[in-house]
Amino acid sequence: MTKYLVRRLLGAIPLILGIATIVFFAVNLAPGDPTLYYISPGMTQEVVEQMRVNFGLDEPVHIRYVKWLGAMLTGDFGYSFSHSRPVLDVLADFLPNTLILSACALTVAFLFGIVLGTLQAIRQYSFRDSALSVVLLFFYSMPSFWLALMLILTFSLFARNVWEWPIWFPASGMMSTDYEFLSFGAKVRDRLAHLVLPTTSLACVLTAGIARYMRGSMLEVIRQDYVRTARAKGLSERVVVFKHALRNALLPIITLLGLFIPVLFSGTIFIETIFAWPGMGRTIYEAILTRDYPVVMAGSFFFATMVVVANLLADVLYAWVDPRIRYE
Amino acid sequence: MSEPLLSVRDLRAWFFTDQGIAKAVDGVSFEVREGETLGIVGESGCGKTVTSLALLGLLPEPPARLMDGSSVRFRGQELVGADEKQLRALRGNEISMVFQEPMSSLNPVFSVGDQITETLRLHRGMDRRAARAEAVRLLGEVGIPEPARRVDEYPHQLSGGMRQRVMIAMAISCSPKLLIADEPTTALDVTIQAQILELLAELRRTLGMAVLLITHDLGVVAEVCDRVVVMYAGQVVETGTVEDIFVRPAHPYTRGLLGSLPSVGGAGGRLVSIAGTVPSPLHWPDGCRFRARCGLAGDGCEAPQDLVELGAHGRAARCWRART
Ligand SMILES: Nc1ncnc2c1ncn2[C@@H]1O[C@H](COP(=O)(O)OP(=O)(O)OP(=O)(O)O)[C@@H](O)[C@H]1O
Ligand SMILES: [Mg+2]
Repeated sequence: MTKYLVRRLLGAIPLILGIATIVFFAVNLAPGDPTLYYISPGMTQEVVEQMRVNFGLDEPVHIRYVKWLGAMLTGDFGYSFSHSRPVLDVLADFLPNTLILSACALTVAFLFGIVLGTLQAIRQYSFRDSALSVVLLFFYSMPSFWLALMLILTFSLFARNVWEWPIWFPASGMMSTDYEFLSFGAKVRDRLAHLVLPTTSLACVLTAGIARYMRGSMLEVIRQDYVRTARAKGLSERVVVFKHALRNALLPIITLLGLFIPVLFSGTIFIETIFAWPGMGRTIYEAILTRDYPVVMAGSFFFATMVVVANLLADVLYAWVDPRIRYE
Repeated sequence: MSEPLLSVRDLRAWFFTDQGIAKAVDGVSFEVREGETLGIVGESGCGKTVTSLALLGLLPEPPARLMDGSSVRFRGQELVGADEKQLRALRGNEISMVFQEPMSSLNPVFSVGDQITETLRLHRGMDRRAARAEAVRLLGEVGIPEPARRVDEYPHQLSGGMRQRVMIAMAISCSPKLLIADEPTTALDVTIQAQILELLAELRRTLGMAVLLITHDLGVVAEVCDRVVVMYAGQVVETGTVEDIFVRPAHPYTRGLLGSLPSVGGAGGRLVSIAGTVPSPLHWPDGCRFRARCGLAGDGCEAPQDLVELGAHGRAARCWRART
């Protein structure tokens, strides 16, 4: 097991270096000149040239690559053009917010996906199964930004102004403007309320996907001999399904963790922008618009690295849960 | 004579499928007496497994359904239509099962010990510590070396024979009155088969339980059974003591089975086949269901055949010729 872990960790290193390389060239070979975005009318040619030198854009691209990679290995991700701060500081501000949102969405998605898929599978072809299939397919096919807008419309705008429901959820930011003056309990509630809509928008697609896999996995497991053995022992159906079958049906679902993290991160780009969530997704989106190359590169690199880490985590988790691999 | 331990009357388990109604078990009656070993033999697909699962209400419903008039009485209690809670109290406790496939019958993600203690804690209300000690003892009893170490192992770490021993340990953990073993040795190689059968026979003696042994193998029947039920096409075609069946078979099908043994009454002979194919449970033939394959088929065979009682000891055959 330890050997397996070390092997996987070592294998991840060239992968991450490869990702860094691709990210660098994809950004730097894209047409367009970042300086064009920052010059204003009336600037002399010298000032523009000076700006290019400051941005480090005067050198040929392969030299820039070597320098960038070298600096990155020492933990220096350069200087943001638009934020006028070290990229690392920018990341430190925004990355945690994205991680909070992603973690919430992921937890919600796995929880609901697993439960719904199981509920479908244990009554295959029932009304419940078909109805859930239709609803989940709907959520699976709808783009998350559309869902986000509908959620805002329903649970924020109409709920508050038109229908005057007692509960509605804020549609923008991570906290209210009067956050600092709230009591501790109210602060927690305020934060949670702000999480609800973006988390739901992000989680819907994932929930539907996970439920679909879970249904299939559960159907496969439920007809195995060991499930019959469990019933023949006199266990209640609840224990048979939620202990004996679930444990086995979850194994293939663990791999989805690695598969769905990229979906999640690309989702944050839209969702954070729509909900004005101060996270990495929105920051990358804005950095692309402002040609802020260092931020785009560092942000993409971190996202890609986290995908690698998530896959690694999924594999280790799998090995840990499945005794057949654990004791190999 | 006292009431039998298990009494099955006119059991009909039908599957309602898209292709039609599969009458997999279509009027099966037999009884198991306290402490005896009853063998059920018959070709593949004749409904042996469906019968055994039906006894404890373990068939998937739908598609399966037990038809009206079916009756399974265990120590005076009717099990057909009994509520789930009553059945659960019996399963794994007073009636337990060992299945054909030791490779897939144990849950791969739980340790052997966990799977045994689960039954003990459920039916015996033992605490974790006591259940574990009992599991180790049971593993020793079914002949697993180093039980204290094996108890923490997972099914994939054990050989097929060892896994079947674990299944047996699990099945006897609550000292059942009846053990149903559905082809417990079919998936194992010959030397292991003999050991497992030996173990079952020994446990039956020491625990005083009855065994319902389902098998393809007439050699096994001759060796360990007291009485035999021969099944064909969802029905019982002949019942009798081992001696009756092997020495004086009354039904042509039974004779066919015996004829396909390398040496009658000898051990280890695996069933070859009788000429012709087994009909599909979707369309059983009219009249005698064995007619198309029977060398003696004649005029009296077009009518549906009833079980003909032969003597007083529950000996019977489903063939009009047996009457004479
Ligand atoms: N879930 C099911 N749906 C439909 N038909 C079924 C189902 N389970 C069993 N059957 C049918 O019931 C019939 C009897 O099957 P059963 O498993 O009892 O045979 P068997 O005598 O145990 O055979 P074998 O010796 O191969 O184990 C088969 O023809 C099978 O097609
Ligand atoms: Mg069978």
